[in-house]
Amino acid sequence: MIPATFTYRRAESADHAVVLVGEHGDEAKLLAGGHSLLPLMKLRLAVPEVVVDIGRVRELSFIRDLGDQVAIGALTRHHDLENSALLARELPLLAHAAGQVGDPQVRHRGTIGGSLAHGDPASDLPAVVLALEATLVARGPNGTREIAAADFYRGLFETALEPDELLTEVRVPKPAGAGWSFQKFTKRAIDWAIVGVAAQGDKVALVNMGPTPLRATAVERALADGASVEDAAQRAAEGTEPPADLNAGPAFREHLARVLVRRALEESRA
Amino acid sequence: MKVTITVNGEQIQDDVEDRTLLVHFLRDGANLTATNIGCDTTSCGACTVLLDGESVKSCTVLAAQADGAEVTTVEGLAGPDGELHPMQRAFQAEHGLQCGFCTPGMVMAAVSLLKENPHPTEQQVRVGLEGNLCRCTGYHNIVRAVLAAAAEEEGA
Repeated sequence: MIPATFTYRRAESADHAVVLVGEHGDEAKLLAGGHSLLPLMKLRLAVPEVVVDIGRVRELSFIRDLGDQVAIGALTRHHDLENSALLARELPLLAHAAGQVGDPQVRHRGTIGGSLAHGDPASDLPAVVLALEATLVARGPNGTREIAAADFYRGLFETALEPDELLTEVRVPKPAGAGWSFQKFTKRAIDWAIVGVAAQGDKVALVNMGPTPLRATAVERALADGASVEDAAQRAAEGTEPPADLNAGPAFREHLARVLVRRALEESRA
Repeated sequence: MKVTITVNGEQIQDDVEDRTLLVHFLRDGANLTATNIGCDTTSCGACTVLLDGESVKSCTVLAAQADGAEVTTVEGLAGPDGELHPMQRAFQAEHGLQCGFCTPGMVMAAVSLLKENPHPTEQQVRVGLEGNLCRCTGYHNIVRAVLAAAAEEEGA
């Protein structure tokens, strides 16, 4: 399988990438590691006329300690997140979850920015940045803006990014020592999560329980009201719209969410 | 577009369509057909090669993305005198293959794995090769081969 024909443009810098997507608007797609986009293009589910390759924009690959938060460049690969001593120390949930994405080959190519901007609710990292209450930084023709992770996901594969905007950075506040857990239920090792849970302290987010990654707000409210882990986890499926596919129907996903949230809360508090 | 990729130490230039995948550049352009195309969907790992020293699935990389990079395929592992790479020797000695279709990708994934973790446990080998499928289900001997190669490199 090969993608439909397109014109390949290579961005030399973040600003150049913004200019290139600005020229082509809706017809252009940004290519980072390509491990979400290229498979869709091979299946003709995505047929962009222009592909703007930002893979060489080194300025977007970094992990920096900013004091009370960590700044991560959008082109930082899962492999780099997984092996970062800074993240292991300050954001172990993100480092660990990045190491659960796909397989080693995928993690050598896939990037945090690509994963977040793709907007697939079955991806691991969108739920992680929700639980960590990260801020996403986008650059467009009119400059830079910040978008809270909670406002970023609008629908299935739909984000707050405009077609001429480039996600450049993720800023993650350092959690104050709270425990964490990442739970991922799959049938085979390299599959997407049938359901996943990211927990940082009492903040809980769900993978693949609706058209977007979700905060498990009913669980969080119950915990805030003093409920036990067991009781709070029973509310994990409230307010969700789990999809049905070959792997599982909504009822099984709701069950998985309750079980995985309980495990996540138990592990994060252990 | 013109693409120049150093494959197994040899610079190869080709004029390719923008949509050309690295695996087709290798098989059709460079005429290196050991790298197999299995699932075509980034799942099976048969097309695994090293891109700048790291394992990637070459069915999910554009040749244009690899422009200027160094690629190693299984044909490039043996020494100039034909002496097999320790990983190839270990696959042979431990019978780490049955039909052989997954073998080129499996060997390249294993080489990348030992580069990042020279002394893996058996479990780390199993997890480290999760991106490569063997439909003969010959995993036990494959894992044994990788552990043997790690032991040999340690002793060397």
